[in-house]
Amino acid sequence: MNALVVLLTLPLGGALAAVAFPAGVARGAALAAAAGTVAAALAVASEVAAGAPPRIALGGWPPPLGIALAADGLSAALLVTTAAVMAAVLLAARHTMAAGLAGPRIAFGFWPLALMLWAALNAVFVSRDLFNLYVGIELLSLAAVGLVAIGGKPEALAAAMRYMLFALAGSLLYLAGVALIYAAHGALDIDLLASRRPSGTDALALALMTAGLTAKTALFPFHVWLPPAHAGAPAPASAMLSALVPKASFVILLRLWTEALPDEASPAALTLIGALGVAAVVWGSLGALAQSRVKLIVAYSTVAQIGYLFAVFPLLPLAQAAWSGVIFLALSHALAKAAMFLAVGQWMAAAGGDRLEELRGLAQAMPMSAFAFALAAVTLAGLPPSGGFLGKYMVMTAAFTAGQWVWALPMALGGLLAAAYLYRPLAALFAREGASVAAPSRARQAVPLALAGGGIALGLASAEPLALLANGQPPIQAVVR
Amino acid sequence: MTVPLPVLLLLTSLVPAAVTFFLPQEAHRLRNALSLGGALLKVALIVAMLFAVAGGASYEAGLTPAPGLMLLLRIDALALLFVSLSAILWLLTTIYAIAYFGTKPQLSRFFGFFSLCVAATTGIALSGSLFTFFIFFELLTLSTWPLVAHKQDAPSLAAGRRYLLYAMPCSAALLWAIVWLESATGPVIFAAPTDFGTLAPNAQRAIFALLIVGMGMKAAIVPLHGWLPAAMAAPAPVSALLHAVAVVKAGAFGVIRVVHDVFGMDRMSELGLGLPLAALASVTILWGSVRALGQREIKKRLAYSTVSQVSYIVLGISLIGPFAVIGGLAHLIHQGLMKITLFFCAGIYDERAGVKRIEGLDGLGPRMPWTSTCFSLGALGMIGLPPMAGFVSKIYLGLGGLQSGAPWVLAVLAASTLLNAAYFLPLLYRLWFREPAPEVQGDERAPALVAPTVVAALGALGVGALAAAPVSPLAWATLLAERAWLP
Amino acid sequence: MTALTLYALTGAALIGLGLYGLIAARHLLRRIVAFNLLGSGLFLYLGAAGARGDGPDPVPQALIITGIVVALSASALAVGLLVAGARLSGRATLPEEAE
Repeated sequence: MNALVVLLTLPLGGALAAVAFPAGVARGAALAAAAGTVAAALAVASEVAAGAPPRIALGGWPPPLGIALAADGLSAALLVTTAAVMAAVLLAARHTMAAGLAGPRIAFGFWPLALMLWAALNAVFVSRDLFNLYVGIELLSLAAVGLVAIGGKPEALAAAMRYMLFALAGSLLYLAGVALIYAAHGALDIDLLASRRPSGTDALALALMTAGLTAKTALFPFHVWLPPAHAGAPAPASAMLSALVPKASFVILLRLWTEALPDEASPAALTLIGALGVAAVVWGSLGALAQSRVKLIVAYSTVAQIGYLFAVFPLLPLAQAAWSGVIFLALSHALAKAAMFLAVGQWMAAAGGDRLEELRGLAQAMPMSAFAFALAAVTLAGLPPSGGFLGKYMVMTAAFTAGQWVWALPMALGGLLAAAYLYRPLAALFAREGASVAAPSRARQAVPLALAGGGIALGLASAEPLALLANGQPPIQAVVR
Repeated sequence: MTVPLPVLLLLTSLVPAAVTFFLPQEAHRLRNALSLGGALLKVALIVAMLFAVAGGASYEAGLTPAPGLMLLLRIDALALLFVSLSAILWLLTTIYAIAYFGTKPQLSRFFGFFSLCVAATTGIALSGSLFTFFIFFELLTLSTWPLVAHKQDAPSLAAGRRYLLYAMPCSAALLWAIVWLESATGPVIFAAPTDFGTLAPNAQRAIFALLIVGMGMKAAIVPLHGWLPAAMAAPAPVSALLHAVAVVKAGAFGVIRVVHDVFGMDRMSELGLGLPLAALASVTILWGSVRALGQREIKKRLAYSTVSQVSYIVLGISLIGPFAVIGGLAHLIHQGLMKITLFFCAGIYDERAGVKRIEGLDGLGPRMPWTSTCFSLGALGMIGLPPMAGFVSKIYLGLGGLQSGAPWVLAVLAASTLLNAAYFLPLLYRLWFREPAPEVQGDERAPALVAPTVVAALGALGVGALAAAPVSPLAWATLLAERAWLP
Repeated sequence: MTALTLYALTGAALIGLGLYGLIAARHLLRRIVAFNLLGSGLFLYLGAAGARGDGPDPVPQALIITGIVVALSASALAVGLLVAGARLSGRATLPEEAE
């Protein structure tokens, strides 16, 4: 069977099994499905790397009638990163999301939701059809909202509801754009659209889809739902929500602006998106500086890091390095942010809360997860030799070669701001007075450490991921208007 | 498969770092063996290479992870000058640190970062391109912070915070300059002259200023020096590392690379960049000395003295003349040896006699003769008394000033020498001529602390007295200057 | 006025009504209903705008059916959240918008 199909069906099947079977069997089935999905992601990536990117037309119907699934370098990189994050999250959850610790509701709901989320992510990464992408992010939103609400506390439910409203409004805006595109071209396949004859409604359609997707990605000023939602969920859920979920809508945006409709990417529109990104960097960082709870700091940092991704948009049509750079930023953020939330989860379980003063001196009892947090902070602040640094470096180089050094500023300043807001939790962790707490085993602390190490390794061994990304990289098309 | 020499040199401290992190606190023997073994191996490798490089050989190892990115390690004569300093002083500091810490807590963390710090310094020394240099420069920042904050008490944490507060913006400036420069010139390789192509002269000046900000923070050039005196809260071996082996030296070395290899002497004079840098260095020399006068804590006085002394190197390199450059390069080594001696002594006074402030030094000379003799040698060297190392540096710097048509340098040197004497001589007076306070006890029953100190002091004496020998730092600096000026 | 234009105009009107409800209503149930109005309007528009040439085009039909299923499940989840929230807090509005 084609690995692409496995990527979609296996996690969904696992989710179903986790609902249907009794608790003990359910978890085993979920973990088995997860292992299979990791293998499928690796298989797809190796096919792409070997120069034979897999592609199938569902049901044997080619576009425009049918739907194509295909993997390119971008898909492969995201699939593998997602697989790494999900594997770590599920490993961590095996212990913390057990009924004895987290209560029966979470123990029951977590596994199917997590696997459904994974299936939706994979679907978004490999779909080549705008409507299929809609279904993918809708499924993703539903699973994500479920994960936010899973704790069942009033604040969590309110956060989930707020998230839901933003997500629904975003989906409808996106859907309106899709309708316009179909009305104009009779096709929704990305490759077909790339070779379409431009129509007058395309700009409006792109604007609507972009507005909808940025609301789902939580780009400033649509970010208000994100911090309470990500901070309110249990830690493994937050890890998925913060590290992976925004990447899905971001990838769709990236594909729309560089693959499907690059000719509509006017400098003014790109500048607006870039400006919103810069605003998000500043706003998210200031928000993170003002928080006194680690989970909120990390959640606000996601707002800022999402801003980075959009601040690169004005450079996309101008310099080749911007595209790989922004993907490196996205990948390393995924690894680092998941590591942070998993580490925070361990500290909360040990210290009973996530206020900064409650974490003082925890590094003594949990050196490995504290070190993981520090490594992840290095990645987020874009310091060498992490993948975050490499992405930042590529984007800055792109900005200068394109003669638009203004867009290098948010990269430089954002790194400083990140260092500033991540310093406080680090200083608290490494304070001398150590509370005696029951620390999790070394094997469990190693999970976030492995993820954070992945963020560093992305910078150290950047040749392979870059070569992978080069498969199917869209050519730059400077628009002269 | 053979590992290229530069990589091997890096591995001698990277491998101990990686292993040490995972050792339990109790594994003292294994940890010490790792640190010492790595340090010894590195010194041996360097000695083996010295002769080859003197004969004109150079070693290279490179890798290109992405188009336009080039990681390049290269051993040339300048690299070897710095790496031999850091390797030898690292060996001494390791011996000293093992004795200093004994069985105190959190040693695996300390020695892990300690080795990482030296690995970063080695990387800085061996970097063959600006990008590579930046990577190791940042790695140095990151691995130094846990060392500065090692004691984890309020002053240490404040010092660590201050360090990052200075380091982060300055490294952003450095990155900005590198990206700006390389987007116009392509990767900047130290061995080949940089082609500035289309960059306007003012853009070149701006890039130079940003590069100097980035390097100057580590070199503690005024006004970016504030972190260094604060960092004296760290344990004595860390101070030695900061002031002599790694951090400050890395900054000064960076300035040398920027002036010498990125811009080149011709372009420096063409753009008129030498004089402003020399002026900045002179201000730093005087300001550091003036501030040192007012300090009552030994380590703080020494720290301000470093601020002043390191800018001798910058001054020498910025005067753009053979003699001045020789003086600056030789001072890179001389200052390292003298300052590490002084900080080792300060650590011993603190550990063995509980003396932190200069009042406590009264009459300690006869009680702690070895330490106090070393301290006196270091201090006299700093003042520039012949035949100590500092004298050689100052002579060459003064000659260089005359040669480059900047006689005012002599005034700066004279003023600085007077100030040096003013803040060091009272300490010597207290050590040897004051009556000891009855409550102060002191002994030297710590051979592993005293031995490296004596070796460092002898080194500082030796490089001055034997400056004319064919293998002295001065000879090496002369070799470098000859290669730069003689076709 | 052709039937298609009528469909499209009705769809547009529904979109407008739904948008107003989504923004102006505080009660969450009203917002969920508004979301469904908006969605129905879009589907109507898609059906009308997607019809090309003679005879029905199967693709928009398939899209609309899929869209309805998605909207239904989203509504179900939203109502579920609303009920759970209302049970705990005793109100059917978001905390920051409570009167």
